Amino acid sequence: MGMTLVEKILARASDRPRVAVGDVVEPRVDLAMSHENAALVINQFLEIYAGTPLPANLWDPHKVAIIFDHRVPAESPKTASNQKKIRAFVAAQRIRRFHDIRGDVGGICHQILPESGYVRPGTVVVGTDSHTTSHGALGAFAFGIGATEMASVWALGTVLNVEVPPTIKIEVRGRFRPHVGPKDLILHLIGQLTAEGANFRVLEYHGETVRAMSTSGRLVLCNMAVEAGATAGAVPADAETTRYLREEAGVTEPTDAVGPDADAAYDRVIQLDVSDLGPQIACPHTVDNVKPIAAVAGTKIDQVVIGSCTNGRLDDLAAAAGILDGRKVAPSTRMLIFPASAKIYQQALDRGYVATFMRAGAVVMNSGCGPCLGVHEGALGDGEVALSTTNRNFKGRMGNPNSEVYLCSPAVAAASAVAGVITDPRTGGN
Amino acid sequence: MATVVYTVGDDISTDVIYPGRYMATVLPTETPQFAFADDAAFNAQLKAHAVSAGSVLVGGKNFGCGSSREQAVSCLNGHELTIVARGFARIFLQNAINLGLRVVVCPTIVAAVGDDLTIAATEVVNETKGQRFPIVPLPQSRQAIIDAGGLIPFTRQRLLVEKGS
Ligand code: SF4
Repeated sequence: MGMTLVEKILARASDRPRVAVGDVVEPRVDLAMSHENAALVINQFLEIYAGTPLPANLWDPHKVAIIFDHRVPAESPKTASNQKKIRAFVAAQRIRRFHDIRGDVGGICHQILPESGYVRPGTVVVGTDSHTTSHGALGAFAFGIGATEMASVWALGTVLNVEVPPTIKIEVRGRFRPHVGPKDLILHLIGQLTAEGANFRVLEYHGETVRAMSTSGRLVLCNMAVEAGATAGAVPADAETTRYLREEAGVTEPTDAVGPDADAAYDRVIQLDVSDLGPQIACPHTVDNVKPIAAVAGTKIDQVVIGSCTNGRLDDLAAAAGILDGRKVAPSTRMLIFPASAKIYQQALDRGYVATFMRAGAVVMNSGCGPCLGVHEGALGDGEVALSTTNRNFKGRMGNPNSEVYLCSPAVAAASAVAGVITDPRTGGN
Repeated sequence: MATVVYTVGDDISTDVIYPGRYMATVLPTETPQFAFADDAAFNAQLKAHAVSAGSVLVGGKNFGCGSSREQAVSCLNGHELTIVARGFARIFLQNAINLGLRVVVCPTIVAAVGDDLTIAATEVVNETKGQRFPIVPLPQSRQAIIDAGGLIPFTRQRLLVEKGS
């Protein structure tokens, strides 16, 4: 019996000829990412060394990346002090893959990692962020861990006691209708699987629809794999992955793609056809409460958000700009747009999207997590309703437990911002 | 015997356990004050130390889903709660084991606030209701970490062995 993509990666990273579901391995880590929560990782890291004669040094500073994104610029003295502490650690440990609060190289970790060429096919990526699953889009095994686990990785360079997870194969065929895309597909799939349907499992994406999808779209599928509880999402690397690495991430050295065996053993296979798929909406307060847009069309919305590690990329902004061009955001609605990285922001400026957004009445914010996690920008008032291209709608997610968040694609968000109510872009946006 | 002090349903996210707006607070010594911060009554009870160590929080399926924030574990650990749930999300479970928060996977658990539970090796007994519910053992692979007293001492031991001191 052959191996799945993640089994192959784990076998290689733990120097074994093969691994099977349930085996316990200790894979080497190729990339270890943290954001502001590095403040806690540093604390736990120093704790590991406390009382030992060993110097508290990273196993390999070149494999560690730290990106400030969750609260940028700092919303409070506390955050600013944490960031200051992290900067000192970065300097002392000579971490070069550090992205501070900057208008040239800053942005959300799950965009910075791929666009900077840090993520390579066939590698093991861990991050102190649940959406680290995103990086499976480049054919890596990428998963989220807690701060203490990261401290252990910083010390050892391996993840201890990883149980090889079963893999669910997702086979997608058909061509998306206009104004329907990867976000609608993943919301539909999460609705089917439920929020815990893929717990402790990997989602491996296949099929002509995925093959035809840009890396940007694949990042959406892998990003939200965790909303079905998956340990990781993964797309086997192919010609598009190589194109992305060469053309968009500036990678010049050869990359070796690992793929699953044709006779790999899957937990189960789910087949989907997107030919007739319409826009999907995740309704409050769980991501798996997914409905076709018709079920909630007309719902009044106070705030529309476009951005995040899910849908803050150039194609997302292009879709929104196409709909907003020459139109106005409804007077009863606020619209906030935050590009996923400074690089994307610059591209959006060059293409005139930012001007389109501002003329429409949207507020374009700096790159970062922004309103996604309800910490410092774009909080909702009591009883308010938001429609957002982000990935979570848990109670209180946007900073107020007495508000509601609906999740959707950029096209739905833009069409709805114009109408002031949830609107199908296929009918209301044009 | 341990008393149930709080019950929640399925898919309780880390945003509910430890709201994002307190994420700048990271140290395990400082996080307990924000446990279930959006439930004013329960939070007040915790802060007033009206909940004794070893008390039980009963959860549904997929407890701790969402973000990887470790504060969601350390804030409960600070009150020395035991979490008995029908199921846990992966990262939360792992964080709990790493930090030494007592977690019990009990897929059929039924319990209400005030019920007295006995947590045995293979089952949870709801003494108040006179019912028994089987426990699913934690992954064997994590037992070594639990036995070492958490991931920090476990990694420290490994380092000392590897670096030969
Ligand atoms: S944009 Fe939102 S989901 Fe993505 S990393 Fe930031 S807070 Fe997390």
